[in-house]
Amino acid sequence: MNVQAWTFLLVAASFALYIGIAVWSRASSTKDFYVAGGGVSPLANGMATAADWMSAASFISMAGLISFMGYDGSVYLMGWTGGYVLLALLLAPYLRKYGAFTVPDFVGDRYYSQLARIVAVVCAIFVSFTYVAGQMRGVGIVFGRFLEVDVNVGVGIGMAIVFFYAVLGGMKGITYTQVAQYCVLIFAFMVPAIFLSLMITGTPIPQFGLGGVEQASGIPLLERLNGLHRELGFGPYTSGTKSTLDVFFITAALMVGTAGLPHVIIRFYTVPRVRDARISVGWALLFISLLYTTAPAVAVFARTNLINSVQDVPYAQVPEWFTKWEDTGLLTFNDVNGDGLIQYVGPESSITNELTVDRDIMVLANPEIANLPAWVIGLVAAGGLAAALSTAAGLLLVISSAVSHDLLKRSLKPDISEKQELLAARCAAGVAVIVAGYFGMNPPGFVAQVVAFAFGLAASSFFPAIILGIFSKRTTREGAILGMVSGITFTAAYIVYFNFVNPEANNAASWWFGISPEGIGTVGMLLNFAVTIVVSRMTPEPPPQVQVLVDLIRVPRGAGEAHELSI
Amino acid sequence: MSDTSEHSHVDERPSVTDPETVARHAEYWRRNVRVLGMLLVAWFVVSYLAGIVFAEALNAFTLPFTNFPVGFWFAQQGSIYVFVILIFVYVKLMNDLDREFDVDEGASS
Repeated sequence: MNVQAWTFLLVAASFALYIGIAVWSRASSTKDFYVAGGGVSPLANGMATAADWMSAASFISMAGLISFMGYDGSVYLMGWTGGYVLLALLLAPYLRKYGAFTVPDFVGDRYYSQLARIVAVVCAIFVSFTYVAGQMRGVGIVFGRFLEVDVNVGVGIGMAIVFFYAVLGGMKGITYTQVAQYCVLIFAFMVPAIFLSLMITGTPIPQFGLGGVEQASGIPLLERLNGLHRELGFGPYTSGTKSTLDVFFITAALMVGTAGLPHVIIRFYTVPRVRDARISVGWALLFISLLYTTAPAVAVFARTNLINSVQDVPYAQVPEWFTKWEDTGLLTFNDVNGDGLIQYVGPESSITNELTVDRDIMVLANPEIANLPAWVIGLVAAGGLAAALSTAAGLLLVISSAVSHDLLKRSLKPDISEKQELLAARCAAGVAVIVAGYFGMNPPGFVAQVVAFAFGLAASSFFPAIILGIFSKRTTREGAILGMVSGITFTAAYIVYFNFVNPEANNAASWWFGISPEGIGTVGMLLNFAVTIVVSRMTPEPPPQVQVLVDLIRVPRGAGEAHELSI
Repeated sequence: MSDTSEHSHVDERPSVTDPETVARHAEYWRRNVRVLGMLLVAWFVVSYLAGIVFAEALNAFTLPFTNFPVGFWFAQQGSIYVFVILIFVYVKLMNDLDREFDVDEGASS
């Protein structure tokens, strides 16, 4: 069988599995729809969280980014895992004890204010929509390259699948589908990595292969890659080019943003007890770390393979994958010196670079570059789709519950019946799928950037409000609202200024203290903390029943199930 | 900004007034915060110090039995392993603390 037949087979089989699970686990109450009935086991919740969290960006783009950034790529590795420590220690157990359905639910109750609830709803919807558009785009790319269908048709198929199981099954359907999607995506990521590690270093474990010896040359792999980089005029792979301060701030923004993302937080409402919430963050990070410690190894293997297979090769003799990716426009060769050979060199080289490779294609192209069997390539396509669909579904649920629960039930029309609320949730999920699909087909040029900035916005809005709501009884509604508004406004303004208003000035020299727009969320978060604390000291203390509520959140006993709101 | 307490969870729960229990819960909270502080120091040291601030200096050394420069290893591998361990240590410490202060949730819900 050829690559395309294998891809069709594996993608179709995985889709059939997801649909089967959705039919089996359909939601019958709002509680099923929002928090999967509150009865998910910690291990299953950990796996679902891992799939929810690892998006098309983690699966398709991250290893490629690291491959080109070297040490600087560490910001993604530490940033997107370290946030789970914050989540486990500072948020998950307390939010589970509180037992709401959504993040705005907690913010609205803790800050005894509808305005705080609305601010939180707007932040949640904004963060989730920017993120989901990127996922649908990832679906389109995978379909376009591997199944050779039109990108728009690919997005359409992806929409139909997500629509089916998110609208029908709600959180319950999504949770069990995500468990299956985690298995597909981790298998699809590990298999090529193990093949590559064996081929290059002779070790089946990629994490050890990265610190091993390249068999062909007998030189340690990282030393060998640093040597290649020196020869070709790139900076050394194991040292960065970003300033230490910027790396520090970007890492912090990604960590805190991770802990503040609503689609990740709500996953911890689905387990029965506080202690289950604690341990399921541990499982989630364990499952995530499997991919995240493999990715830097894949990055180095891909980098070494790429350089070895194209450098000084006559253009007339390039392998098939090279021309296929050239067709997509994501890989371009321009024979500047007319010698018919490919010169792939860095900025410090004396000759001109002739090859441009898009970072996003490295993971997808890697198995072909290394000549792996056809079924492995098909598997990678199915894995990329699993990653994109699972994240999209989680985000759509946040959007639909924000509309049906936070806006409709808790704010506009409190007397709505359970049946009507469930219908509203399904309609909202349906509309959200269509809007997301539209953005996937007609992506605004800045989707990729906006996705990265979603973290900065989450870091500068939710995180301080939730932390202070738990750890400081003195925090008032005035403090929290002003804090959220000033944090997110400052961060958004900095990002918009450097990316859209004055893009020419987007360089280290004009940034404040050399902090890039990617890292500015950390400053926004500090500002939010400062404003909230100062304003809280100047305003009347929260009513006694809120202080009692905070006392109750701090003690595990009596969590019970996630609340059915009996009003 | 209306008062929404009638729609909130607040009044659905009994408040604790017994002074002995209040004092015990306060002490539990102090110990909880101390556990968090300890673990967050470790979290900061492996990522921000070993992986970022001192990474370049640590790259002069090689991790024993491998060919990893130490700073690079912390940034791309080591910090992640430590994060996972930290969460499981936290779970163990907190479950013990819950039992010690009699605020645990029992074997089943």
